[in-house]
Amino acid sequence: MAVVGIGQTKHVAARRDVSIAGLVREAAQRALADAELTWADIDAVVIGKAPDFFEGVMMPELYLADALGAVGKPMLRVHTAGSVGGSTALVATNLVAGRVHGTVLTLAYEKQSESNAMWGLSLPIPFQQPLLAGAGGFFAPHVRAYMRRTGAPDTVGSLVAYKDRRNALKNPYAHLHEHDITLEKVQASPMLWDPIRYSETCPSSDGACAMVLTDRAGAARSPRPAAWMHGGAMRSEPTLFAGKDFVSPQAGKDCAADVYRQAGIADPRRDIDAVEMYVPFSWYEPMWLENLGFADEGEGWKLTESGVTELDGDLPVNMSGGVLSTNPIGASGMIRFAEAALQVRGQAGEHQVEGARRVLGHAYGGGSQFFSMWLVGAEPPTS
Amino acid sequence: MQRPAPRSAPGPLRDIAVVAFAQTDHRRTSDELSEVEMLMPVLHQVLAQTGLKTSDIGFTCSGSTDYLAGRAFSFTMALDGVGAWPPISESHVEMDGAWALYEAWTKLLTGDADTALVYAYGKSSPGSIRDVLTRQLDPYYVAPLWPDSVALAALQAQALIDAGDTDEPALAAVATRSRTAATDNSHAQLRGSVPRGEYAVRPLRTGDCPPIGDGAAAVILAAGERARELCERPAWIRGIDHRIEAHGLGVRDLTDSPSTRLAAERAGLFERPVDTAELHAPFSSQEVVLRKALRLGDGVDVNPSGGALAANPVMAAGLIRIGEAADRIRRGHSDRALAHATSGPCLQQNLVAVLEGDPR
Repeated sequence: MAVVGIGQTKHVAARRDVSIAGLVREAAQRALADAELTWADIDAVVIGKAPDFFEGVMMPELYLADALGAVGKPMLRVHTAGSVGGSTALVATNLVAGRVHGTVLTLAYEKQSESNAMWGLSLPIPFQQPLLAGAGGFFAPHVRAYMRRTGAPDTVGSLVAYKDRRNALKNPYAHLHEHDITLEKVQASPMLWDPIRYSETCPSSDGACAMVLTDRAGAARSPRPAAWMHGGAMRSEPTLFAGKDFVSPQAGKDCAADVYRQAGIADPRRDIDAVEMYVPFSWYEPMWLENLGFADEGEGWKLTESGVTELDGDLPVNMSGGVLSTNPIGASGMIRFAEAALQVRGQAGEHQVEGARRVLGHAYGGGSQFFSMWLVGAEPPTS
Repeated sequence: MQRPAPRSAPGPLRDIAVVAFAQTDHRRTSDELSEVEMLMPVLHQVLAQTGLKTSDIGFTCSGSTDYLAGRAFSFTMALDGVGAWPPISESHVEMDGAWALYEAWTKLLTGDADTALVYAYGKSSPGSIRDVLTRQLDPYYVAPLWPDSVALAALQAQALIDAGDTDEPALAAVATRSRTAATDNSHAQLRGSVPRGEYAVRPLRTGDCPPIGDGAAAVILAAGERARELCERPAWIRGIDHRIEAHGLGVRDLTDSPSTRLAAERAGLFERPVDTAELHAPFSSQEVVLRKALRLGDGVDVNPSGGALAANPVMAAGLIRIGEAADRIRRGHSDRALAHATSGPCLQQNLVAVLEGDPR
C-alpha cells in the first residue's frame, strides 16, 4: 500500500469562510491534485473524526457524502477517540491491502469552531465521574507521575514546546505561527494544570487532512514519489483499571512492537529516521519516546534535553510542529501519518529532514488507551 | 463455490464466515441497565458458542453512536466490558454494527487476523429518537428545521404510493407479515397481532413504523479452516459491499435505491437466487423499495425474524440482519441468504452481504 496524495487545510482557530463540507472538500481536492487524480479515480472513502458532539452533527458522513464525491461509492466512518485520524488511515489501508479496492480516499477533520469541545467532553452522565477539568486535567497527574518516576527536571516540557512551535514556523499549514517565540516566554506562560503551562498545550483548530492510498499498480502511475507502508497497527486497552500504567501504557508498547515486527525494525532508535508523534501536552514527547522504544525507561527526557529530537537532531520529533501547534482533534492523528509520508516522499518543504527514509506516524486517544501507528518508507517493502 | 464479483483490484480473497451470533431481548426500555450491562451477556453468549476467549480473538470492531448515549466517547465504556486486557487489536465505527462487520471482514482479508468479534448496541429509550435522528441531517440548511425520521419516511412512502408501487393496505400487509413471523423470535419486541394504528405521519400509521427500543448484538467471524473448527455449518460471506447516495432528498428518487442495487451487484447477489432475505427496513414502505432494488421474487423468505418492524435497536439492527441470516444457514434453514443494512434518512446508505452454507 502506498500514499500518493496528501492534502491539508491551513489550520486555524476558526474557518468561518467555509462549511464543514467546504473544509473537508478543500483537503480532499488538494490530496487529489497531489496524486494527479480525479474524484472518478477514487473507489471508496474512509472518513474519521472525534466525537460528533464536537460539531453537533450526528454521523456526519451522511451529510458529507456529496462533498467528498462518495455518492455511488462505499463510505465508512471511523471513530476511535483521539487516535481516530490514524485509525481511519489504517482502515483505509486495509481496503487496499485486502484487495477490496484499488484506490481509496481517506480523510479526517475537526471544525471545532462550530461548537465547543470542552462542552462536548463534559456532558453530565449519571454514575460516571465528570471530566470537568478537560483533557489537561486528566493528563496532568500522569505527567507528574512521569517526572517523579524518572527524576526529569521540570524544564523538559518547555523545551519540547519551544522546539515544536519553532518547527511550526517552517510548516505553512500549521495553526500556531508564533514568530516571537522564546524559551523564556514558554516558561513564563500561566500554569494551567500543574505542571502543564499554557504554552505547553495544544490549540483548538479547524482543519482537515486527506490522503490518497493505492496499490502497487496505482503507485506505479503516481507522478510523484509514493510513501510505502511497511507496518501499521492498532491496540486498545481499558480506560481505567488497577493495573493500568498511565505513564507508559502496555497498548502503546504492543502497538509499536507490532509495527516494528512488520517493518523489520530491530532497533527503532537506529532504524527510524524521524517521528511524527501525538504530543498534545509537551511532556508526552519524553513519555512516548520511552513507550515507543526510542529510549530506555526513565531516559526519554534525556533525549529531549540533549537536542536529539530537534529538527536538526539525530531523531527529529514533530518536524511539522506537531499537535502542540495544530490540533483539529479528529484530524490530528492523520496529520501525523500524513506528515510521516511527506517526509519519506521528500516533500515536507522547509521542515524536511534530509535523507528521511523511514518515518513513524503515531496517534493515541481516550485515556491513553487507543493507539494507532504506521511506519512509512521511501522504498516499497521487499516482502 | 463461487467467488464474489470482480472488484476494482481483484486479488486473492480468503473465505470468511459468520460462525456465531447473539442478541439481547429487545425492549422498549432498559432503565436498570447501562449500555455495558446490556452488552455484556451478548458478548459472553457469542464467545461461549465458539469456546473462544477475548484473548483468542484476532480483531475486535464495534458500532454505536454517541448521540444515543448522550456523551462523547461512549464506546470507550463498552470496551471496558470486552475486557481488553492484555491489550487487543480493536477499532470502532460510528455506524451500524453491519459496517463494523465490514471493517472486520477487510481486516481478515488482509490476513492479519483469523477471527474477529463484532458488536453493536444502542439504547433509544433515554431520549426521543425521532428528534435525535434529525441531527444526522445537513447541519446548516435542514437540521435546523427538525424534520424527523418518521416524517421523512412518510415522504418516501407517499412517493411510492404516488408512483403506483404500493398502497396503504399493501403496507399494512408487510407489517402484519413481519410481526407474524416474529412470533417465532423470542428476541423480538413487537410480535403477533399488532393494530395498524392511527396515522403517525400520513400515509404511515404507527403499525408501519418500527418499535423504539434498546438492544445489542454480537457476531464472530472466522477465516478458512478456523471457521470450520468453530462452527459446524459456517455462513460463508460470498460477497459484501455497501454504497452511499446523495444526502439531499431532493436529488434522489425516493422510490428507488440505486445504492442497494449496486451493492448487491458487487456482492454477487444476482449471480444465483437466494432463499432468504433479511432486510433492514424500519418502515413497511422501505421493504417495497428494497424488494424492487434487490429483485426479490415471491419465492424468497423475506424477514423470517420479523425484521426491523419487530425490533429496531438503532445501530444494532443492521448487524442483527446479518446475524439472523447467518443463523438460518447455520441451522440448515437456508443455503444462500442475503442480509441488508441501512443508514441515514430514506435508505441513504445501504450494505448488502451474501451468505452461503457449504453444499449439502
